[in-house]
Amino acid sequence: RSSVQTIGEEQIQNPYTELLVLKGHQDIVRFLVQIDDCRFASAGDDGIIFLWNAQTGEKLFELHGHMQKITAIAPFSSSDVFEEKAHLIITASADRTVIIWDCASGRQVQKVSCFHSTVKCLTVLQRLDVWLSGGSDLCVWNRKLDLLCKTSHLSDAGISALVELPKNCVAAAVGKELIIFRLSASSNGSEGWNVLEVKRLVDHEDNILSLVNVNDLTFVTGSHVGELIVWDALDWTKQASECNFRDSSIHPDVQPEIKLSQSPNETSVQHLTSDEECVFAAVGKGIYVYNLQMKRVIACQRTAHDSSVLHIEKLPNRQLISCSEDGSVRIWELREKQQLPAEPVPTGFFNMWGFGRANKQANQAAKKMQENTPMYFLELVGDLIGHSSAVQMFLYFGELGLATCSADHLIILWKDGERESSLRSLTLFQKLAQNGGLQLKV
Amino acid sequence: MISAPDVVAFTREEELEDDLYREPPLPEEYSVPLFPFAGHGANPWAKVAGSKFTRDFILISEFSEQVGPQPLLTIPDDAKVSGTFDLNYFSLRIMSVDYQASFVGHPPGSAYPKLNFVEDSKVVLGDSKEGAFAYVHHLTLYDLEARGFVRPFCMAYISADEHKIMQQFQELSAEFSKASECLKTGNRKAFANELEKKLKDLDYTRTVLHNETEMQKKANDKGYYTTQAIEKANELASVEKSIIEHQDLLKQIRSYPYRKLKESEFHPYEPECALDRADLGCGQDTTPSDPAGAGETHLYTHIPSYTPKLIKAKSAKCFDKKLKTLEELCDVYFFTQTLDQLHHIERTFRGDVCYLLTEQISRVLLKQQSVTNFLFEDMSFLDEKPPEKQFRGCQGLSQDAMDGKGLEESLAPKVVISLGSYKSSVECVPIKMEQEMEDPEEPKMSESVTSEHQENLDYLDADIKGSISSGESIEVLGTEKSGSGLTKSESQASLPVIPSPQAGRSKVGSRRTVSEDSIEVLSTCPSESLIPEDFKASYPSAINEEPYMDHDDEGGLRFTPRPSPGTADEQDDDSKQESLVQVDAACCIGKESPNFLEPLPELGQRPCEEDGVVRIPPQPYRAEQGLRGGFPCHDGVPGGLLPCELDSRYLSGSREVSKSSLDECSDSTSHISSAASTCSDRTPSPAHPACQPGERHRKRAGQNALRFIRQYPFAHPAIYSLLSGRTLVVLGEDEAMVKRLVTALSIFVPNCGVYAKPVKHWVTSPLHLVDFQKWKLIGLQRTVSPAGVNVLHALSRYSRYLSILDADSKTLRCPLYKGTVVARLADHRTQIKRGSTYYMHVQSILTQLCSKAFLFTFCHHLHLPISEREPEESVVNRRMNFLKLQLGLANEDVKIVQYLAELLKLHYIQEPGQVGNPLLRFDYVPSFLYKI
Repeated sequence: RSSVQTIGEEQIQNPYTELLVLKGHQDIVRFLVQIDDCRFASAGDDGIIFLWNAQTGEKLFELHGHMQKITAIAPFSSSDVFEEKAHLIITASADRTVIIWDCASGRQVQKVSCFHSTVKCLTVLQRLDVWLSGGSDLCVWNRKLDLLCKTSHLSDAGISALVELPKNCVAAAVGKELIIFRLSASSNGSEGWNVLEVKRLVDHEDNILSLVNVNDLTFVTGSHVGELIVWDALDWTKQASECNFRDSSIHPDVQPEIKLSQSPNETSVQHLTSDEECVFAAVGKGIYVYNLQMKRVIACQRTAHDSSVLHIEKLPNRQLISCSEDGSVRIWELREKQQLPAEPVPTGFFNMWGFGRANKQANQAAKKMQENTPMYFLELVGDLIGHSSAVQMFLYFGELGLATCSADHLIILWKDGERESSLRSLTLFQKLAQNGGLQLKV
Repeated sequence: MISAPDVVAFTREEELEDDLYREPPLPEEYSVPLFPFAGHGANPWAKVAGSKFTRDFILISEFSEQVGPQPLLTIPDDAKVSGTFDLNYFSLRIMSVDYQASFVGHPPGSAYPKLNFVEDSKVVLGDSKEGAFAYVHHLTLYDLEARGFVRPFCMAYISADEHKIMQQFQELSAEFSKASECLKTGNRKAFANELEKKLKDLDYTRTVLHNETEMQKKANDKGYYTTQAIEKANELASVEKSIIEHQDLLKQIRSYPYRKLKESEFHPYEPECALDRADLGCGQDTTPSDPAGAGETHLYTHIPSYTPKLIKAKSAKCFDKKLKTLEELCDVYFFTQTLDQLHHIERTFRGDVCYLLTEQISRVLLKQQSVTNFLFEDMSFLDEKPPEKQFRGCQGLSQDAMDGKGLEESLAPKVVISLGSYKSSVECVPIKMEQEMEDPEEPKMSESVTSEHQENLDYLDADIKGSISSGESIEVLGTEKSGSGLTKSESQASLPVIPSPQAGRSKVGSRRTVSEDSIEVLSTCPSESLIPEDFKASYPSAINEEPYMDHDDEGGLRFTPRPSPGTADEQDDDSKQESLVQVDAACCIGKESPNFLEPLPELGQRPCEEDGVVRIPPQPYRAEQGLRGGFPCHDGVPGGLLPCELDSRYLSGSREVSKSSLDECSDSTSHISSAASTCSDRTPSPAHPACQPGERHRKRAGQNALRFIRQYPFAHPAIYSLLSGRTLVVLGEDEAMVKRLVTALSIFVPNCGVYAKPVKHWVTSPLHLVDFQKWKLIGLQRTVSPAGVNVLHALSRYSRYLSILDADSKTLRCPLYKGTVVARLADHRTQIKRGSTYYMHVQSILTQLCSKAFLFTFCHHLHLPISEREPEESVVNRRMNFLKLQLGLANEDVKIVQYLAELLKLHYIQEPGQVGNPLLRFDYVPSFLYKI
């Protein structure tokens, strides 16, 4: 039996009381990407990309072009060169092609098929107006799909993650290694770029699974064996590391047999996200909150789900959403732990009796214990059950709701029922005014 | 939903009067008429003791040129129905009141015979001796071999309840017109085919004759013609003439649809009956193949494989020819369609008139709730054009009149079909007959009309003599105009003219003393051609045998344009305020007062009655041959009457029974059995007025629901789940039981759109989230197999969206309900016994809920802030206050109305044609397990 925290059917804080099922995909849906305020794209193993309206759930476009499953997707908006903001998305597929789509028209803008390997990640450097594709090598492209430069062959496994760093640098996760590349304008031409390997960081013991920027000064990586390393983004040095997700010391209440049964898989850092203060890590079935300043885990939920947590996101309101292979989505809230009233030690009493020394020791012990135990905890405030298979990813749209995609080929739009209801009322009265009142057919 | 006729029928007058003093009276349109015979017998349904048949039926008769009036078939085709009722006698009666100017002949100005496309005439007549009242619909079919090419037929709806006939006149007329149109369409097709064959024959004959003549010419060089040659030449000439005549006829018959299409009111017959047929066929396992197939529906298809025959010059006069059967006359396909339509009519008008009217009223009211009615009503049922709006049958009404009527109807909503005041063209017939008819001055009539009438009156006078005091009398109580004729424009112009000479005539003229055994023509359409002279010539037997003159005498045919003083007031009233004057019910049968839309002054415009039909005596009497056999016996064994092969299902008298036995829910109190057991029940099934499958479904569902709420103490939370949009899964091993429960509960499921109810009767695979979006009530199979484990796993996974009714262990898992609405909806101690009544009860409470939801949805300030700065919370407060205080909703009832309001919003804002994404709304509320 699992020790997964459950919440009853009564979920007062769960705002999602209405849902829309978006059907269209014929295989696992793996990616959701936001295009603008009310549109998003979905892609998956069927090679089709759908554009959806996040408010109405309306299917806007169905983009066909890839022969095989989609491996990476990235929005490529902006460009103030043109008058109107053009929304593009770049998709890479296992058929070794990359296609740029126009979201306004649903048309294919351009297609590149000169790759030697599958592109596994795509990153847009908005600042430089270039984008990078990471496969067995790293290529730099401009908007017109000209190959600006590329690295030599890095590894067969290829780049699994890319992240933009300051000073025109890029961090690429290649297996256990983290490679820092620097882009520099070539001396001979204005359009030419060079890409140089600057540094190779080999601190991880296993494959790096997740790589995420925290702020301009730091980025974080997580590996398969549960190492989390915080790096300085400027000099690429290790600032801190946390690898005791396996360690039961921070969870004195965990039964030993669970600890024993832990396999490396259960401690792999599947996904990372962060806000200014904390890094939130999806480790195995659990969720950990790592405070950057305190350099330690301040809160955790060791078994947040029945199986691996695949995606995690921090909401503005101290809430956290996680989705998992078990098909559920859970909403957590980071709460401060109430100190027990008995905890403060009545020092005066002991002093009076001359036990000062002992008192001091006890005080220290208490202090130490306080430091060790997280001062926060994750409270389950709601769960969303709808998918019948692993929830691969989700996209938080703020007021518009939450889009989740899953291996059951479905996308579900979760909405705040109250808000939707009042929106519908508004629409109704608008239409009523338009129609000039109720026209009763007599 | 408006009332429960079960209860109403037993209301006594005195009790109601008492009540009237205590309570404020109901608005007129909602009041239910008292049962007039309440004091006479225990069973309020057994109204008329005199009639010899057990229930209403439809009779088709023909005025055969060989044997006179004869019954052809009855619907339902069951000897028990007509009982000892003398069909032959009644056929005689109904066929003798045909006012159609149905005749074909050589008009003086024309060289060729002209087909007269006659409109049907509609007559109501009563036979107090037989205790029978009938709506009689006369129509004429064409037959090349018949005298004058026409075969007069009539379809009659025969009922013991005169009120039913009178009050449902418009509906009957519309429905029978459909049937008639179907028959006539088929007949035109068959007639055209026949003409084509005949033309081929003639053509062939001509060729043969021509060759013979040429041969003779060649063989004979004597320079003069032999008598033989002259004969041949004459023969040839007559064949030529015949060809031209027949071609002309063919042209006429073919031009008919086009001519008719130009008229606004003409609705060509479309084989919509296919649908009806599917409907009524669904209860049977017979699968009637289309007798004619779709290919034959195309009109006037040529039959290529016809080999022409030589026609002998005199062959037309064949004395021992066999007349075509009705089926042959109008093509098997159309005949079957017509029978379907007639069966439909029979089912529609079965039962007590009170029930019919209640049904009509509630349908009208429901139709008016155009915003909310999709929630619980069957939209296909509501989409049906209400019969009273179909004027196809009475083409007597001009466009103007229709507009006027429509306008008026929209002003005073259609509730006017309350019992006493049903608005139709059924006219009032003051009964007391007075002989002073002829007032010298006829101010409102133009000269020509007067003279015309004078002429007629002369003729009538002649007939009247000696028949005034006849014991047997036919009384024409009222007529509805039926335009006869080729010149449609004229007849249209004269349309509002219902109060035309005929109107005056029927009103004034029909005052008479009620005589014991008499056929009373209670109402007819004022046909232009009232018994033309040639009618007499054409049907001498009818005229001679029937007390036709009585008919005249009783006023039916009397042209009395001036009302006598006694009735003048009444008539004025009528024409002025269109309100319905209640004539003392005791003194007359046809107490309907006329409700004319146009006042009398139109009278003067009345053209000559023929509307351009020039009457000449018909062609010389062709082939009147000996009567074959006597009239068929009155037991109405149809085999002898109808030689044609009937569709087998029409012959099976037990079709109803078999249908009901197929009801999967085996309603023990189905009306068939109840009707059989209570023999006093003269009008067997007030239960289904329009006996569509939907109707049966309701009744069955009502019965099952009644059983459910009595059996299951936790019926309330289950129903609450359905009403609040939470999917209810009925889980069980036995398919029949699960389906029965689903059927029972389905009446509580609100529709999400105008489509079918979101109900799935039987599912065997694991449920998924998408299913809850689509269906709000699901029957689910429980199995012990591994697949069954998956099913249960899915149930527990999605349990937050579901209420689960376990039919095997009799448990229910669903949220708590503490409201009051469902308690009224499903009171397990209810006294309601019948399924249909309970259905109505449910309907009325649901309608109440709908109106609350409507108010809630469309109140602006409940959803939007009044001022810009008003905080959201105050709007929410206002909303809740409205729900709780204004609408008086308690606890969970609020959720029901909120859900219905949500559906209303979705329905309203949805653009037509665009199918909205179905959304699933739910609450995070704890569920409880209920056990018996």
